[in-house]
Amino acid sequence: MYDAIKGLQAYLAASQLAWLFITLVAYLIGCWVYQRARQHQLANPMLVALLLIGAMLWLTQVDYQNYFDGAQFLHFLLGPVTVLLAVPLYKTLQRVRQSALPLAVALPTGSLLAALPALGIASWLGASDGVMRALAAKSVTTPIALGITESLGGLTAITAVVVVFTGVLSVIISGLVFRLFRVHSAQAQGFALGLTAHGIGIGRAAQINETAAAFAGVAMGFNGLMTALWAPLLVPWIVGS
Amino acid sequence: MLIWIAIVLGMQFIGELAATLLGLPVPGPVIGMVLLLLLLLHIGHLPTALEQLATGLLRHLYLYYLPATVGVTAHLALVGTELLPIVTAIIVSSTLALGVTGLVIQSLTRQKDQPDV
Repeated sequence: MYDAIKGLQAYLAASQLAWLFITLVAYLIGCWVYQRARQHQLANPMLVALLLIGAMLWLTQVDYQNYFDGAQFLHFLLGPVTVLLAVPLYKTLQRVRQSALPLAVALPTGSLLAALPALGIASWLGASDGVMRALAAKSVTTPIALGITESLGGLTAITAVVVVFTGVLSVIISGLVFRLFRVHSAQAQGFALGLTAHGIGIGRAAQINETAAAFAGVAMGFNGLMTALWAPLLVPWIVGS
Repeated sequence: MLIWIAIVLGMQFIGELAATLLGLPVPGPVIGMVLLLLLLLHIGHLPTALEQLATGLLRHLYLYYLPATVGVTAHLALVGTELLPIVTAIIVSSTLALGVTGLVIQSLTRQKDQPDV
């Protein structure tokens, strides 16, 4: 029996198929839980899948590196999917063209505000280098955020979690913030949500109306692009290289 | 469909080549995204095959994040000790970004008022 368990462990450590399969099933369970929880963000499919896979790794005592070797086929898709973000961006761009000037002003303002205060506060509260580099991309949609963190030399695993935290927390506080700042227009709320809370913000904006969702989509796409441009220049200068 | 898969991978490839050869700090796929956007603006419409490819793949974005995200299990101690700075940083900067960005858009688009919510 003991030999069989050892053998199974060795198989799991080396098997690509097993971890690809486990990842897919964990994700499907995550989606199911999310639907059952009426799409409550705390039951976010990624968080649920993450817990399940983490538990499997802990139970089987398989290293993260072995897991990643198996699941890297999915990781590879992040690249092409980032390129494909041009498609929703193109679609929504058509609908917000007449607001080009306000967008051009709001975009750099928001992009910097979504990241720089976070770096300042994290540094003040004694966060480590790897975490600060991950926080720079906190409001950016995950595929782009992972690329940015990689080029900054931060911890991509932390980025992925920070990005989801940001999306969930921002959507939760958004109602209060919009009341506080007296932001009433649907376009303004949508744009702010997409810029700050990426895909999760678009989901919230879609509940407001279609215009808000279109503005959110454009904000998410361009904030990803903008952060990818300024972060590699500013962040090493702030955090130290 | 296959031709668009080739084009998308090609855009990514060009982006990564450009990033490596020119020493650009921008991730290669992001350059690829800009190239594809420019191509679409040049064509002037969205080809059906490309739209289907994008819709199909983008629907399950979370799935592709998982391999990288699971790495957090190797950093649980780090996230635990730094939870306070992480959460405080997120809440403060998100509040500023949501509020100020919203105000900028609202005040600059006020002339052609859309119905409020």
